[in-house]
Amino acid sequence: MNQTVDDMPREVHVIEPSRGWMHVHWRELWQYRELFGFLVWRDVKIKYKQTLLGAAWAVLVPLCQMVVFTVLFQRVADFSSDGLPGPLFYIAGLLPWNYFASSITQASNSMVQNAPMLTKIYFPRLMAPATPCAAAFVDFALAFVMLLALTFFYGIVPGASWLLLPVFMALACGAAFGAGSFLAALNVKYRDVRHIVPFLVQLWMFLTVITPYSAVKDALGAWRYVYALNPMAAVVEGTRWALFRHLNGVELLPGRPVAIAPGPPWDLFVLGTAVAVAMLAAGIYYFKRMERTFADIV
Amino acid sequence: MRNPQQWELMSTDKIAIQVRGLGKRYRLGETHEVYRTFRDTLATLPAWLRNTSRERRAAKAGGHDPETPPGTFWALRGIDLDVHEGDVLGIVGRNGAGKSTLLKILARITEPTRGRAEIHGRIGSLLEVGTGFHLELSGRENIFLSGAILGMRKAEIRRKFEAIVDFAGVDEFLDTPVKRYSNGMRVRLAFAVAAHLEPEILIVDEVLSVGDAEFQKKCVGKMKDVAGGGRTVLFVSHNMQAVKALCESGILLERGRIVQRGPIADVVEAYLARATAVEPGTLIPPEFHRRYPCDLEVFRVDVLNRHGEPAGFVLMEEPFGLRLHCRARRSRPDYTVNVQFRRDDGLVLGTIGTSYVLDRLEMRDGGVYALTARLKNVFSPGQYSMDVRVAAGPEEIDFVEGIPLTVAPVTAGDELPQREGVVQLRSEWSLEEEDADGAPQGGP
Repeated sequence: MNQTVDDMPREVHVIEPSRGWMHVHWRELWQYRELFGFLVWRDVKIKYKQTLLGAAWAVLVPLCQMVVFTVLFQRVADFSSDGLPGPLFYIAGLLPWNYFASSITQASNSMVQNAPMLTKIYFPRLMAPATPCAAAFVDFALAFVMLLALTFFYGIVPGASWLLLPVFMALACGAAFGAGSFLAALNVKYRDVRHIVPFLVQLWMFLTVITPYSAVKDALGAWRYVYALNPMAAVVEGTRWALFRHLNGVELLPGRPVAIAPGPPWDLFVLGTAVAVAMLAAGIYYFKRMERTFADIV
Repeated sequence: MRNPQQWELMSTDKIAIQVRGLGKRYRLGETHEVYRTFRDTLATLPAWLRNTSRERRAAKAGGHDPETPPGTFWALRGIDLDVHEGDVLGIVGRNGAGKSTLLKILARITEPTRGRAEIHGRIGSLLEVGTGFHLELSGRENIFLSGAILGMRKAEIRRKFEAIVDFAGVDEFLDTPVKRYSNGMRVRLAFAVAAHLEPEILIVDEVLSVGDAEFQKKCVGKMKDVAGGGRTVLFVSHNMQAVKALCESGILLERGRIVQRGPIADVVEAYLARATAVEPGTLIPPEFHRRYPCDLEVFRVDVLNRHGEPAGFVLMEEPFGLRLHCRARRSRPDYTVNVQFRRDDGLVLGTIGTSYVLDRLEMRDGGVYALTARLKNVFSPGQYSMDVRVAAGPEEIDFVEGIPLTVAPVTAGDELPQREGVVQLRSEWSLEEEDADGAPQGGP
């Protein structure tokens, strides 16, 4: 406490109008890691404050979605599920999807929501859209417990490819953070974003979660490459593939063996990853470019 | 907390903040909460195209200052400033003079348009009490959150936790959500966290204007500790007593420029001299407008006595009036004019204005208007100042600060004794006798 400032090397900040492409200050982000931790903790904490069921919501929501999808798409419409029982097929898609949807929705609102903070204190602005992307992992983890219970119920033993799940979640995180940063910056200037995002996310879900890639391939032929530009298709398909590839040929539904190719759908993965990386770069670039004016116009 | 040797070490001549040619240009309307939708942008596109081509032509012809395109203004222009380590610098000036903009740039909240500033050392800024507070979280949680947001490490907050709780005096309510706190408690807790921030350079804006008088005293005391501890402090306030008590030197800003620097007493004196230079009934010089020329210029303010005649002062408890003479330079249907009454320490006593009573004022280009207000006089005898705010739609377009208003005591007769306080409250009383237990006598 009684150290004087002379004993320590002092940090020097230079404040200047920025020009051109602003670099991301990785070192600074690292210095602010504790604050980031606090912001994530705040988001998680607040989400279920003053709710009766609390964190049970993280399980209840995907559970209801799963039931509705199974009844509607498997029982009524008889859509393909690659031979998987509906609950397994849909929950495996809904978990990464819900993570993505909640991340992108909250990230796109993050700058506007944190406006009082933005205009009163400095912190690396990228933390605002990054916070919900990290906080949403908590819901994901809780819902994952339900998935474990379901696999146990169906008597499924985890396969080695489960270890690849973090890769697909990283892909979802990158896509959500990239798109979220872009939308957050846009939202500062144009509040239309608030109305567009929920609508967009809903459409996007139907494109992503309902059908397996095998069915898309059959129906679209060469057009499937357009479909594969959706990085979340790679994430959802990849999650199902990693979770259940070792069940290929096993009969979980009477007369319908599981039909998930043990080899990965490379076209989907390569295109989806490329698009996710591009989204991430573009999102951060646009965010950094707009950053200098945030406090003035938010 | 401090030891004597530290004093010697602190008195160095090392530069803490060096500012050169700092300028900040805002777009009009940017300083307010005006956001756009795509539709708005599309709607203004044709006008924008027309304007830019016209502007370009005008700029070419030398008709316009290319530095200040229409619709923009400089909140700061060419600020040069050296702050040495351990200096406690007061920044004073009227509203809109650029004080907050300067602090925001130094605190890295917004970017300058030009110029450069170098900050040597860890900087902490306190532009508001309670930044980052979340009402749903408990007091304990908010201490950690707010501390982290202000730049403290987790270990540091843990170490100072007891002291913070002590200072705020909220130990019984640590696990209660802050939304159930009284306003005063919230402010105390927020300030307590902020007061334990120990950066090498501290930037403080107007935070002492919150809380009750006793707590303010405590805050000034704490701020003195901070300032005396050898840290560099930049302090903005309208409270001249606080500025004088805390700072050694100061700068006076006017319309984005430093117009005076030196010992704090001189700067405060210059501020007060300038702040009251606009006299009622005389022409308001351009430098007293935040923006000049502006679409609706208030060029004279008359104070009227109870008979509606211009007067140098008004009498206590007598109704009085204000007449604002203004000139419109653009036809608009949605002007509003408000007047705020302040005591010399910055306390706002009240606000009157057209936005509260009338529809928006429609004025035509080139028109000269007299806008007259009549009001009841509740002020105690003394010196006050009036700020005139002019807006077009949601956008503030002008601000004239510090027009003095003198309320004179009534001397004729004794039937209106002056009551203690800022305002003269009138009340009626009655006296009835009751039972020992408080029930009215003669009841059932």
